[in-house]
Amino acid sequence: MEVCIKVNGRMITEQIEPDLLLIDFLRRHGCFSVKRGCETANCGLCTVLMDEIPVLSCSVLAARADGHKVETLEGLQKEAEDFIGFIAAQGADQCGFCNPGFVMNTIALLRENLEPTDDEIRAYLAGNLCRCSGYEGQLRGIRNYLNSREKKGDIDGTQEI
Amino acid sequence: MEHRKYNAINRSVPKKDARQLLLGKPVYVDDITGNALVVKLLRSPHANAMILEINSSAARKVPGVVDIYTWEDVPQQRFAIAGQTYPEPSPYDRLILDRHVRFAGDVVAIVAAEDEKAALKAMKLIKVKYEVLDAILDFHESKDSKILVHPEKDWFPPVDVGGDAGRNLVASETGGDGDIDAVMADCEEVLDHAYHMKSFNQAMMETFRTYTGFDRYGRLHVISSTQIVFHVRRILSRALGIPKSRIRVEKPRIGGGFGAKQTAVCEVYPAFVTLKTGRPAKLIFTRKESQIAGSPRHEMEVRVRLGAGKDGHIRGLDLYTLSNTGAYGEHGPTTVGLSGHKSIPLYTGGLEAFRFGFDVVYTNTMAAGAYRGYGATQGIFALESAVNELAEKLGIDPTVIREKNMLREGMKMPAYYGETANACALDRCMARCRELFHWDEKYPVREMGDGKVRAAGVAMAMQGSCISNVDVGSATVKLADDGTFNLIIGAADMGTGCDTILAQMVAECMDCSVDDVAVFGADTDASPYDSGSYASSTTYITGKAVELACAQLKTKLCAIAAGMLGCSPEEMCFEDGRVRRINTDQSVSLAEISVKEQVANDIAAVATASHSSPVSPPPYMVGMVEIELDRYTGVVKILDYVAVVDCGIAINPALARIQTEGGIVQGIGHTLFENITYDRTGRPIESGFMQYKIPTRLDMGHLRVEFENSYEPTGPFGAKSIGEIVINTPAPAIAHAIYRATGVWHRELPITPEKILMSMSEKDAEL
Repeated sequence: MEVCIKVNGRMITEQIEPDLLLIDFLRRHGCFSVKRGCETANCGLCTVLMDEIPVLSCSVLAARADGHKVETLEGLQKEAEDFIGFIAAQGADQCGFCNPGFVMNTIALLRENLEPTDDEIRAYLAGNLCRCSGYEGQLRGIRNYLNSREKKGDIDGTQEI
Repeated sequence: MEHRKYNAINRSVPKKDARQLLLGKPVYVDDITGNALVVKLLRSPHANAMILEINSSAARKVPGVVDIYTWEDVPQQRFAIAGQTYPEPSPYDRLILDRHVRFAGDVVAIVAAEDEKAALKAMKLIKVKYEVLDAILDFHESKDSKILVHPEKDWFPPVDVGGDAGRNLVASETGGDGDIDAVMADCEEVLDHAYHMKSFNQAMMETFRTYTGFDRYGRLHVISSTQIVFHVRRILSRALGIPKSRIRVEKPRIGGGFGAKQTAVCEVYPAFVTLKTGRPAKLIFTRKESQIAGSPRHEMEVRVRLGAGKDGHIRGLDLYTLSNTGAYGEHGPTTVGLSGHKSIPLYTGGLEAFRFGFDVVYTNTMAAGAYRGYGATQGIFALESAVNELAEKLGIDPTVIREKNMLREGMKMPAYYGETANACALDRCMARCRELFHWDEKYPVREMGDGKVRAAGVAMAMQGSCISNVDVGSATVKLADDGTFNLIIGAADMGTGCDTILAQMVAECMDCSVDDVAVFGADTDASPYDSGSYASSTTYITGKAVELACAQLKTKLCAIAAGMLGCSPEEMCFEDGRVRRINTDQSVSLAEISVKEQVANDIAAVATASHSSPVSPPPYMVGMVEIELDRYTGVVKILDYVAVVDCGIAINPALARIQTEGGIVQGIGHTLFENITYDRTGRPIESGFMQYKIPTRLDMGHLRVEFENSYEPTGPFGAKSIGEIVINTPAPAIAHAIYRATGVWHRELPITPEKILMSMSEKDAEL
């Protein structure tokens, strides 16, 4: 079947198998940030934005994305740059394999909620598993980013990495 | 304790790969390897069976299928896939494919196909006839059972560790110090309980995966997500029957390991396909495969006999550990040792005698392997629980009973290979943790109304900093073109940040910025030999090698500079990133030396050093937890976890802290919900993250971590280790808090709400 999917601003028209998953479609088109951590929609690693809404690309058929706009971390580098330094300052990137899904969902969170509380951050990101960091460092990083945005000054997040 | 001002170490610099990782760049095995044959493994549905017949003729006809291999196609030389220094203590008990399959998930056939669809279709068409045999699923029944997991004649232990395949024994030993029976007989209080820690998975986010192909010289080129490039090379050489010199193994970034990737779980299969077909091949484990055929923690039951006086003086410890290595013996003989050697020494204080014995047995379950903590986790759960039970029985505050008995700096540890605790801040960790946690306020049980109760628990922990007299760490440091440096290592950064902390050490030694050190690793062709990243050894062992290599490099830079200034090398000194002629103003910069290095020069500005250590100085830690337990549902909520760690000097405090936090959360997972179980035929139940629940950010409460420095004279800049110890306190501390809340000791993990509720109703029935 033929699908037309706008990936990171570029329209892709392609013949695909009907059972092709969005994650595999995206990786086939060079979006290697999209990671598979489970096969059961439990880990959040494959999070991408479809029409601005975070979805698990392992649980979406590529055919379902036909006519829609999909964004991966490859397309949101600038927006990610805003806060990843704060995560890095905590060392909370660790092995990095969950980072793209976590960063994508954090982008979605921060677009939706400009001033989330710690509990709102935890709740929004609850589906993004991380086995290395113990989560607390990710929270500190996001909190420091929000504080720096508030103060316009900055503590330790702008260190170059 | 040393208070030095450092330029690059003891600083929280971001990881060198942070930007690449956080921006989702292609840095992992599957991102950087191109087209390759898809390798899939057909697995046994039976826990113990002989393969009578395999018919793959229909499967071979599937378009895109390239080849299918069965036990008749593979070399008949047994090997071990444990990543350990040769000769490995783990028995050689595997073939690439065996006619005898020993657990549900054991590999029956290898399918190589042009694409995944073809491979999956072919798998369904392979017809296998099995003779299903009785299986041993309960490790208590394994020793001397009539059912043998490894009846084969060519079972071979490279090292005698007391194993006997005819008895299902992988290893067996008893040792001790002092007259334990006499001491026990003389004790006013003797506790005797068994503590059972189940097997659970590392569940690193990136599953096992390996790419193989032939390089431009016709050598086997392996790109794998591994902690142990050099061991993988040796393992492949033996398994495939080709010389090590024909194999090159490298690792890109690794999506987590936690010890799982200290075993060559998946490398042999694609390598075999590449050898057979001459084509690149790639095997990516599904999450299900990682769950049911990975390399999880050894299930252990540790029986603790603890002898003490009424005053809480712990006089004798007698431990016996029964360990379940599963269907194959990887890391079986070694993990078990830590259950005693890295728990008993915590109570060196007034200990008069100890004994530690163990048996490691085969069963028809998934083979266990290395998992952060490596046996110490199991032993510490047992011993720390026993000490908490003693404290509660005697009515002594459990922090006070520990202060009375704990190991202190300067003590000789008979239960730890006779080593002396040269750097030990365990006492200060306890004092600081009490203060930070507000132990005195939180230890008393508090009723919160509506069936909720708050309570606290405590535990101590230790680990090692390497395998003494075995591990080898190496580093090559060379001057780069513009006066910066390259650091080349064989240790594997699996997310832990070792590339960064080793670069910090170079920067410290060479008076440069961390940004001026480029790190490369790990590649068997290019890296100096390193046993790999395990046993908490990278900071302590490879770190020291970095220090030594830098010292050698300075000598060479002085020699080159001497030539430039027309004097003798003895007149030169390395200072503030320059080489200066003593007592003069003459000096040359590193950039000038690097230019000179390339013109009429016969001194290579590169140095390689290797290091091993005769000792393995333990890091220490205290953990305290506050929980809220719901008496109506049995649900335990972690409110607050406080940990104070003595890892010597933290080379990078931010990374040390994240290690600690991550380890604590893993520990919370295996204490409260992670479990590997089998149905009555031996088929695994928790086959994915749907059933195997690892902690989310809603499950871990609030974590607070601090460090109490000590200074380890044999470590680089006083450092010890951090990576493993951090997983050891949650199980005993949480079990303690649950006892405080319910009056019931749980001696088997995980402690699920169901178990808590049922134990409470049993207790009520007794009353």
